[in-house]
Amino acid sequence: MPEAFSQTPWALVLILLPLATGMISFLWPRLAISLGLVTAAILILAVVGLGWQIHSLDGGVYHHAVGGWGAPLGIDLYADGLSLLMLTTTALVGMGVSIYSVAYFEHEQALRFWPIWLLLLAALNALFLSADIFNLYVTLELLGLAAVTLTALAGSKAALDGAMRYLLATLLGSLCYLLGVELLYHSYGTVDIATLAERVAATPVVWAALGLMGAGLILKTALFPLHFWLPPAHSSAPAPVSAVLSALVIKATFYILLRLWLTLFNPLNESVATLLGLLGAAAVLWGSLQALRQTRLKLLIAYSTVAQIGYLFLAFPLAAVAALSTWNAVAYLALSHALAKAAMFLSAGNLLRFGGHDRIADLDRVVQRLPVTAMAFALAGVSIMGLPPSGGFIGKWLLLEAALEQNRWDLVLVMLLGGLLAAGYVFKVLGHSFTEAPVMHEAGTVPKAMEWAALLLAVAAVVLGFLTVPVLAWFGLGDVAGIGGVGS
Amino acid sequence: MRDPSEQAINNNPAQPAPLVRVIIALLVTGLGVGLAYAILSLPSNAVGLSQAVNLHLEQSGVTNPVTAVLLNFRGYDTLLEMVVLLLALLGVWALGGAAQFHEHAPGPVLDTLARLLAPLLILVAAYLLWVGAHAPGGAFQAGSVLGAAGVLLLLSGWRPRIALMALPLRLVLIIGPMTFVAMALLTLLSEGQLLTYPVNYAGVLILVLEAAATLSIGVTLAALFVGGHPQDEQSR
Amino acid sequence: MSSVFAYALIGVGLFTLGLYALIVHAHLLRKILALNVMGSGVFMTLVALAKRSGDVPDPVPHAMVITGIVVAVSATALALTLMLKLSAVSGRATLADDRQD
Repeated sequence: MPEAFSQTPWALVLILLPLATGMISFLWPRLAISLGLVTAAILILAVVGLGWQIHSLDGGVYHHAVGGWGAPLGIDLYADGLSLLMLTTTALVGMGVSIYSVAYFEHEQALRFWPIWLLLLAALNALFLSADIFNLYVTLELLGLAAVTLTALAGSKAALDGAMRYLLATLLGSLCYLLGVELLYHSYGTVDIATLAERVAATPVVWAALGLMGAGLILKTALFPLHFWLPPAHSSAPAPVSAVLSALVIKATFYILLRLWLTLFNPLNESVATLLGLLGAAAVLWGSLQALRQTRLKLLIAYSTVAQIGYLFLAFPLAAVAALSTWNAVAYLALSHALAKAAMFLSAGNLLRFGGHDRIADLDRVVQRLPVTAMAFALAGVSIMGLPPSGGFIGKWLLLEAALEQNRWDLVLVMLLGGLLAAGYVFKVLGHSFTEAPVMHEAGTVPKAMEWAALLLAVAAVVLGFLTVPVLAWFGLGDVAGIGGVGS
Repeated sequence: MRDPSEQAINNNPAQPAPLVRVIIALLVTGLGVGLAYAILSLPSNAVGLSQAVNLHLEQSGVTNPVTAVLLNFRGYDTLLEMVVLLLALLGVWALGGAAQFHEHAPGPVLDTLARLLAPLLILVAAYLLWVGAHAPGGAFQAGSVLGAAGVLLLLSGWRPRIALMALPLRLVLIIGPMTFVAMALLTLLSEGQLLTYPVNYAGVLILVLEAAATLSIGVTLAALFVGGHPQDEQSR
Repeated sequence: MSSVFAYALIGVGLFTLGLYALIVHAHLLRKILALNVMGSGVFMTLVALAKRSGDVPDPVPHAMVITGIVVAVSATALALTLMLKLSAVSGRATLADDRQD
């Protein structure tokens, strides 16, 4: 049995399984829900298997030449610690959202949801395993179209408007990215990342490509000031979709940016890193301030996402000196934010189902009436604020440490302010959920599966704080900076 | 009988202030100039991957280099892109709404044209599929022509039989990407690597893939033109 | 080989024209058309520069453009349907004004 386990090409399972089950659940809608849950479970297994394989292979990376041709003629699949981190995040959040969605969608919407959701998972996995910048473009488009469709699923005017804005932004981002890909191809004759890393130099074309690809990816990751599309889209989507958008889809484009940064755009680091750090700082402050101002829960959570994305970008200026600890911080921040933010959105969905509205001021004694949901939101909030013990705390702590060591007092100040503001908006919600609302509302029922899915994700975010050493060892980000060069 | 969306579309909203437009125009022009400069700095002779393609062309099973790249060397991209097309249709159907079948009879010109062209287009599609192995052509070109035939028929008032609109339609829609995925799995099991065709059978396998793809692409394009889910109307 | 660069520059021009139209025009149909024009510009540059490899152009960019066209068609179909739905629900084919932010 262990022999079969280690021989199975888990990376390919991660891509092919959701593709196949997505299409089959389109063909036979009766099987949709069971196929969805089975797929989510197998994905977790596959990620564990892949991690096992990576650790036992030389060089700590998984490499697969599709078609047997090998780069640069063919397309390569590639998995290292960073890919494994993103794949694990996807599998965990995917499981939580799948369980939640079984209870959330009624029959008609469920039939539309499940095939697209499975294809979205396939797109994410294909994206994290790709080592070819044109292939990344195709996976980006797959991801974007799936995400937009799911956003519009509710059919309300706000949802359609948010989805349209999202679609336009994501298409613009993809086109800019594609133009950058094309410039790199025509300059160096390859679209394979490893081969490009060997050939790239600081020429005008590479600067143009960096600018275009960076701009496109930043637009898709909703970094300030290009974040305008995120709040309407994430707040008007159905709750499980909002969870996926904030937790996973945004991280996918950030992953690509990070990957390109580490491999291709190394010669151009200095000033761009400063710019990214500046935009990140602005995102943290602006997003947190806006979140504090909101009266509707889902919009508050969406602005919180804008702020948390800023933290990820603060790492760029710091990484030049303290690479390993900064990227570890980013890994922890990304993973715990994904879990916590998904838990928050799922809790918000519960509250919406319960009270029929998401006005913060009217959250009527939720703590007594929906204790599981309130606990989920509170635990998620602990991670978002960066309070110990939680994954968010570890991430922010590592980042603060790196900033202090490099005497970057500006970044330290931004992080502390961000933490304070985050505490502000989390406690705003929790405060209202303890008290009685001015007007009594008819309470709806919330299925157990929905409440417990939210709680599980939140607990996972907090538990991450206890497992720092094994988690970081599992993801082995020490090799992350060294993947440019001769392919393993 | 104009539906509200038609009326909404014809409104022409105002544009931003002239000063803002000028600033945006300047910024965009600056971007264009920068890109132009970058492109002009490229060498005027560059081989790219054409040498590598020529080197391996005999092993690919076809003699048209573009088809070889699309279906063999970079077949994985094609697999994903077929799923993108399917996903667009899933999205259009998920948005809901009735299918737009034309109710009124077509005029004489359209009627005759459709009768003449539709069979011709189907033949051309089959030819393009076949010739793609050694000349410009292939699955996507054939699929587009097939889709055009479908659109032409729909415009001239053709309504497919309702019984065909459920499971058979869905089957045809996914047969392209599913064949690809099945091929990927088979090659994985037999050769150990994804989408690696055995050299002797490469040409045949590519033809099979392209045939399934053509069918899917053509039907997907026609279904996108129809808009809503054909069954939604039936259930009203 | 200067015709190659002429076409490539036209592609860049289309890209910038489309970008301007996308930002400035408020009507959704124009935005979608602008995105299509931008896409065509990108594809044109891609194919033009492929001719630099001599008599037989480099086939890989051609394959990339075919992939890109399919993706563009899919995205446009989705965008148009979304626009129709939005205009049916809201009565206008534009995005709602930003009230927050």
